[in-house]
Amino acid sequence: MSQTPENKKGQVETTGHVWDGDLREYNNPLPRWWLWAFYGTIVFAVVYWILYPAWPYAGTFTKGIETVSFTVQDKDGKTSTVTEHWNSRALFNKDMESSPSALAQKEWLAKVKDMSFAQIAANPDTLNFATSMGHALFGDHCAACHGTGGQGVLSVNPDGSYPNLTDNNWIHGDSYEKIVSDITNGIHGNMPAFGALFKGEKLNDLAQYVLSLSHQEGVNEEAANRGKASFATCAGCHGANGQGNQMIGAPNLTDKVWDFVDVPGAKTIDEKVKLVEGVIDHGLQHQMPKFGDRLSPEQIRLLAVYVRQLGGS
Amino acid sequence: MSSVDLTEKEPELYQAREPIHPKSIKGRFRRFKTSVLVLAYGIFFLLPWLRWERPVGPDQAVLFDIPGRRFYLFDLVIHPQDIFLLAGFLILAAWLLFFVTGLVGRAFCGYFCFQTLWTDLFMKVEYWVQGDRNKRLKLEKQPWNFEKWGKKGLTFLIWSAIAFWTGFSFAAYWADAPQLFAAFFTGHAVSAAYITTGILMLTTLVAAGFAREQVCIYMCPYARFQSVMFDKETLLVSYDVHRGEGSSGRKPLQKGLMTLEERHALGTGDCIDCKLCVQVCPTGIDIRDGLQLACISCGLCIDACNEIMTKRGWPEGLIRYASEQEIETGEKPSLLKFRTIGYGIATILVTGALIYGLLSIKPADFSVRQIRQPLFVMMSDGSIQNNYEMKINNKTQKPMDLRLDLEGLRGAEVSIGGGFTDLKIPADQTRNYRIHVRAPAVSGVGRQEITFKLVDAQGRMAPISQESSFNYK
Ligand code: SF4
Ligand code: SF4
Repeated sequence: MSQTPENKKGQVETTGHVWDGDLREYNNPLPRWWLWAFYGTIVFAVVYWILYPAWPYAGTFTKGIETVSFTVQDKDGKTSTVTEHWNSRALFNKDMESSPSALAQKEWLAKVKDMSFAQIAANPDTLNFATSMGHALFGDHCAACHGTGGQGVLSVNPDGSYPNLTDNNWIHGDSYEKIVSDITNGIHGNMPAFGALFKGEKLNDLAQYVLSLSHQEGVNEEAANRGKASFATCAGCHGANGQGNQMIGAPNLTDKVWDFVDVPGAKTIDEKVKLVEGVIDHGLQHQMPKFGDRLSPEQIRLLAVYVRQLGGS
Repeated sequence: MSSVDLTEKEPELYQAREPIHPKSIKGRFRRFKTSVLVLAYGIFFLLPWLRWERPVGPDQAVLFDIPGRRFYLFDLVIHPQDIFLLAGFLILAAWLLFFVTGLVGRAFCGYFCFQTLWTDLFMKVEYWVQGDRNKRLKLEKQPWNFEKWGKKGLTFLIWSAIAFWTGFSFAAYWADAPQLFAAFFTGHAVSAAYITTGILMLTTLVAAGFAREQVCIYMCPYARFQSVMFDKETLLVSYDVHRGEGSSGRKPLQKGLMTLEERHALGTGDCIDCKLCVQVCPTGIDIRDGLQLACISCGLCIDACNEIMTKRGWPEGLIRYASEQEIETGEKPSLLKFRTIGYGIATILVTGALIYGLLSIKPADFSVRQIRQPLFVMMSDGSIQNNYEMKINNKTQKPMDLRLDLEGLRGAEVSIGGGFTDLKIPADQTRNYRIHVRAPAVSGVGRQEITFKLVDAQGRMAPISQESSFNYK
């Protein structure tokens, strides 16, 4: 590389670097607007540092002077305005309160507030809104036990089972009002343990009879006939024919749906008998918490609409 | 190593732009350019105000409704599902551009590009307020006195007004124009409208008022790769060197060099070095230096030179649309060259595909999704139920009355959540339904392929079907 001052007037400036004898490096100046654009980015950065959170220091950071305000509601329903430095959490809060979708949701809520359940269900649009709101609430409050789709859990262990809400069997009744009151007040399901009353042969006979009520395959007819007499004890709750009683939440034993023990999943009749024997022996204690103090009546209404349409009733 | 000459002034690291003050000119290309300009502005500025009655939706002929997720183009309503048509349109635009560029060079740049159009308008304002080139140059050299402030200020004011209206017109494509107009000036428009208008106003002002040819030369990516679309037969604005320079170069008009005969006898070319072609050039180049990146093919130098030639009674076309080959050998270019035919076929194919796409937009979207939690439920009578989420999107401007049929499942009972029996979808709306399908249990079968079919009760639409499955276990 050699340096040769070859720049003549009117020619493009070169850096003076020459390679291979004749390759020269041009020195074309940048246009001035380019330079100004560069300065502009520097000014932008400084303005940004002042307005927004930017620099970390000593375990914290510069907060910037830009703020976000949103209203919050405390436990007693009193609202107050909170102003925070610009951050994504505050932006989110503000969005939840004033974004177009939040406003649209409020509008819909106001619309269905004064509608009866029948009116909500009669219109595809209001039904859609109620079920989609209800679905979100269900995910937050109910899905932990009843499953995200309301499919419940049917286990061999009655204590680990949670009723399926997507079938057409309603232990406690399917009217909107009843569903609302069940969600509001919770449910206390209790079947006493009859282990002291029925043992061995007697227990087996009763279990066989219970299985025969829903026409399970492989039931021992004789044993079932013997067990029929013992069923008088159960009839007080489950009804003389085992058809159940929704007033007290006693399941219907004559249909194909099992809510607490996995009879359909059991392979042999002996296993099925075992499962039913277990329930008679230990009884059932099931408790659904009351949501009346966690959710607003409006929310519970929407939840009820969602739950009721799960199984298609 | 030899020493460096330090006496010469150090070059500055940055160079100020030298303002270009093109002279106005009359002629064929100027007329063409002006008519394109009037047409383009007519469309751009007036279109948002054109009203258009629709059964449902806004009354604006062209509206890009982002919150509502609809593009309205006269009687065509584009839904998000059909947005691929936009991609098709962009591809078509690209091929068309290649086709035209292969044929006649940067015609797009010279006559249709926004940058060119707006710069042209801004130059016209300069011309009206400050006069033609000579007056403008004089004004430029003047100290900042009352006259200069006044003229420059007025120019800037008119520019700003045009730039503002440009920004606002653009914003008007995305909202109801008259409503936006009222809201805008009472301070009630959404911030997006102010921001859009503001940014567009600013960029228009900077790009058309101050940056001008620098956009074409330094910023425009298209300028960089246009040359790959040229070949020796592409028609370009060219200076006929052989004719202009002769054997002993161009000479101004002077005694003994006044007529063509005299000049040719002495070997002098036809170019009288009047520099009019340079003065009219909006990018400030000299076309006589040959094909350059900065030339936007506006043809104004052709008008300029033709004017000179006509005045002298010499044949026109010293500067003209000619291919490189034509200048070199005098051969006329053939328009049917491989490249043009290729681009042409591609353009036709894409146009066909786009038209096909437009014609085959489905009047309704229909989707059925099986609910997987739970996949199947046993009902109290022992039958099996599967649930589905169905979405119907009526894309037409009329309400639809539909019926849901199920095929492929024996003894199946279909019910629609909420107990609806008919599916009435209002015009241009989407409805979601929960579908329950119940069938007797079949032992040994795990899964069954089924087909949902949506039938139009009025028979305006061919049935659309959707495959799904029914699970027993
Ligand atoms: S050289 Fe001629 S065609 Fe090219 S930009 Fe200048 S005036 Fe237009
Ligand atoms: S306008 Fe024509 S004659 Fe005049 S300088 Fe340009 S090329 Fe030469």
